[in-house]
Amino acid sequence: MKSEDIISAENRVYTRPRLLNTTTMHYCPGCSHGVVHRLIAEIIEEMNLDNSAIAIAPVGCAVFAYKYIDIDWIEAAHGRAPALATAAKRLNPDRLVFTYQGDGDLAAIGTAETIHAANRGENIAIIFINNGIYGMTGGQMAPTTLEGMKTATTPYGRRVDLNGYPLNITDLMTRLDGTCFVTRQAVHTPAAVRKAKAAIRKAFKNSLEGKGTSVVEVLGTCSSGWKMTPAKANEWMVENMSAHYQLGDLKDTATTK
Amino acid sequence: MPRIFGAVTINAERCKGCELCVVACPVAVLMLQPKEVNDRGYHYAVAANPDACIGCASCAAVCPDACIEVYRVVEK
Repeated sequence: MKSEDIISAENRVYTRPRLLNTTTMHYCPGCSHGVVHRLIAEIIEEMNLDNSAIAIAPVGCAVFAYKYIDIDWIEAAHGRAPALATAAKRLNPDRLVFTYQGDGDLAAIGTAETIHAANRGENIAIIFINNGIYGMTGGQMAPTTLEGMKTATTPYGRRVDLNGYPLNITDLMTRLDGTCFVTRQAVHTPAAVRKAKAAIRKAFKNSLEGKGTSVVEVLGTCSSGWKMTPAKANEWMVENMSAHYQLGDLKDTATTK
Repeated sequence: MPRIFGAVTINAERCKGCELCVVACPVAVLMLQPKEVNDRGYHYAVAANPDACIGCASCAAVCPDACIEVYRVVEK
């Protein structure tokens, strides 16, 4: 069978989601943000929430997320996305409210907002992209940077005696009573992408059903910051990042509540 | 036994040549254009071996820029 015979609308099994608009993303080639943006657009489209979803954009590489997904967005000050999400959800309890944050936003300057929103059990979903580096500002050390990992500000590798330990903030959030679903996913293979999509969909459902705070950490790559090709960055992520930040569901009380 | 035919179309202008689809493809259909570049200077992905495609959409699942469309026909 020839390609021309196969390529027709009735045989189409995958196309870009309608909510992902045609603006070219500013992300570097191979950036995990693009994959997660696409998953969010697909899920919101499938759940028919185009007119209901309110997303809170962070500061960091994903600061322009509002240009790419055609839903309502609020741009938060650095790290304050969970505080804005709290207000948005309390004022619009029937809406889907989620934040989209990186590790520099959520685990550094926004630690207080994140922990307290989760501890209050706000009915929001937090999508947390963890690539262990400050990508936008030029690859400086983040709280989640691994021990020994070279960055612009730790050129000889992160030293725990000088810089402290990598902050596993998602594990911390499993200990809070307000969280109902805490999971860590990745988007390096087709199978991982499908699992991550299922996790984000579950988090969105929890937000709509008012079950508490859901946290979906997605281990991402930063090929520019890590100074690797995108394919190599994925391999490095599996070998190193997922050794310290284990993949899988960390807490799930939403089904039992 | 049913035979599966697949095909992909790639939006070359949106492609950033990250090569993740080439790595994800289980039947080695895709490769990066070795010489030509798109308007933004990236060696975009092309279906170099289109007859092998099974329409599994693995390439589309990992594409960060959503530039791949996948088609599949199952012939019984």
